[in-house]
Amino acid sequence: MSDISKTSAAPARAGLLSMKYMPWIIAAILLMILPFIFTNNSSITIMSQMWITVIFALAYNMLLGQGGMLSFGHAVYMGLGGFFCMHIMNYVEDFGLALPLPLLPLFGGLFGMGFAMIIGSFSTSGAGTRFAMISLGVGELIAACSIIVVAFFGGEEGISGDRTYGLPFFGVEFLKQIEVYYLISFWLMVSAVLMYLFSRTPVGRMANAVRDNPERAQFLGYSSRWVRFYSFCASGFFCGIAGGLFAISYEILTEENLNAVQSGTILLVTFLGGVGFFFGPIIGAIAFTLLQTVLSLQTELWAFYAGALFVATVMFFPGGLAGLLMMHVPAARFGKLKTLGVPYLKTLLPGAIGILGLCCLVEMTFHYRHAATGDNEMTLFWTTFDSHSVTPWLLVIAVTAVAFFIMRKTAPELKEAWADANSPPKGGA
Amino acid sequence: MAAALHLDGLCKSFGKTEIIRGVDLSIAKGERHAIIGPNGAGKSTLFNLITGRFPQTSGTISLHGDDLVGKAPHEINRMGLSRSFQITNIFSNMTVFENVRCSLLWSMGYKYSFWNLLDRSHKLTEGAEEILEQINLTERRNLPAGVLSYAEQRALEIGITIAGGADVIMLDEPTAGMSHSETDYIVDLIRKVTENKTLIMVEHDMGVVFGLADYISVLVYGEIIATGRPEEVRANPKVQEAYLGEVLEAEH
Repeated sequence: MSDISKTSAAPARAGLLSMKYMPWIIAAILLMILPFIFTNNSSITIMSQMWITVIFALAYNMLLGQGGMLSFGHAVYMGLGGFFCMHIMNYVEDFGLALPLPLLPLFGGLFGMGFAMIIGSFSTSGAGTRFAMISLGVGELIAACSIIVVAFFGGEEGISGDRTYGLPFFGVEFLKQIEVYYLISFWLMVSAVLMYLFSRTPVGRMANAVRDNPERAQFLGYSSRWVRFYSFCASGFFCGIAGGLFAISYEILTEENLNAVQSGTILLVTFLGGVGFFFGPIIGAIAFTLLQTVLSLQTELWAFYAGALFVATVMFFPGGLAGLLMMHVPAARFGKLKTLGVPYLKTLLPGAIGILGLCCLVEMTFHYRHAATGDNEMTLFWTTFDSHSVTPWLLVIAVTAVAFFIMRKTAPELKEAWADANSPPKGGA
Repeated sequence: MAAALHLDGLCKSFGKTEIIRGVDLSIAKGERHAIIGPNGAGKSTLFNLITGRFPQTSGTISLHGDDLVGKAPHEINRMGLSRSFQITNIFSNMTVFENVRCSLLWSMGYKYSFWNLLDRSHKLTEGAEEILEQINLTERRNLPAGVLSYAEQRALEIGITIAGGADVIMLDEPTAGMSHSETDYIVDLIRKVTENKTLIMVEHDMGVVFGLADYISVLVYGEIIATGRPEEVRANPKVQEAYLGEVLEAEH
């Protein structure tokens, strides 16, 4: 083991350097070309929303994953940043303030950070239940304020504005969604890089140390409280940026943007993606936004499936989707990833069919109970049938049962293949 | 010259229970001082008082002549006192290298900065590698600390404790729960890394105590009943009666 690491140290360093920048370069290129692949307006809107959620989730993970702080009221910082930006936007419109739109999120970030400094000054003295409860309380407090302080929050209908009144930015007036998309992508890259670098700084590393063992960190000369406070403020800043981008993209903010539902969603997104890795929340945000937008067009029950997915993630893959991916690194290192292909197909394909079968049953039950009387026709997977007759039920139940049976049968084979793929090659070590 | 650590009339009670009942102790610079005593004598409490984990009820503690009263653990650490724990206390999800590097940060002046990138600092990397070399964990560099063997975790803990460059090192039962060979390994390690430093340790293994310590204090029911050179303490009838008699008998 040691020999390998010693002899390959020098070439590995050069390799590491390109490895280090490669994901960022690929990400930047993807951000640029995606609108040319998915050209219609709705996909661009979905992607815009996705990238905003990515920033928010990454900022949230600065607390949850990096700092070990579970916040139940984090939508407040994004929401407040958004409201503040909306006010600036209106100010620009009313008074002709010379502010180019692309800079607006920065003000959202500063406002989010300012508010995080106030709340963090008393909430970060502990990380456990106390911190979680304070975050929940503050979240409720601000959500309640949004109905009371009408001047700032605009009451129930919220506040809206028009982004196009700012100074044209090199001739761009942000009339089109695609221009906004690139603005969001730009801020996504900047924020993601900064957040990644933050995790590499002394205070970012100490956040990990405080997460693992706050007491030991104290005996290294660091006050756990201050370390948490800095993470908290940084997180507030990036949440504020996400809020500013939201304001620009949607031109309206309401109480819904900072209430507990929103806070719960971001916890879900981050956990689904995986808190243990920097890129986890990115995957989570993409997966969740797709569920939210694409799946919600297909079925009214999308939240039910999202919830089931979340519970399954917590129970079976506490590392989230990112953890699931990273589980395969050892096998890839041994060059045995290929051996997993066939066993995966044999087990996961029936598994997927089984799960889809279950979903069908859920949909059919829902239709049976809730469709208008006389409306017995329903369509699932491009097939139209009568949800009140027995045949489709029997068919779906049979398919589901058979699929799960096959999955059970092939599961041991997969387990074996997995164990084999994760043991070092014979004769190698 | 002021003593490295000076305790004067130190008392601690939890409610009505007095755990530490007036401890006076002076430990000179460069001394290796062991604190021994039966279970429940208050050894760990004494450690916790000195390092600011609990506030004392009365009495004073001074480090190099500076009063430690009311100081938080991180402030005491910055004044040059570092400690290990009876229960292994490391950052188990971080790699061994990260563990050591984090323990160097404050003393190298990085404080709470968010404008320095750690990987850029050669001084930091070299410093951490030097410590890893000292505690023989270079080969384990990139493993998460949580997966190390028990003895290795203890060695890492000692590494973290000394890394910050503190000149007063306090070790709480560094060899607890170790086999003979592991104990020998840790004792050598302690001797090596605490050279020219003041060492204060709580230890149950008399072999370690008599092999390592210049001075020994015996703590019984919150009071120090004897302090002196190992041979003096061993010969002291009061100590024989209260503690050492049984222990030495049990060991033979």
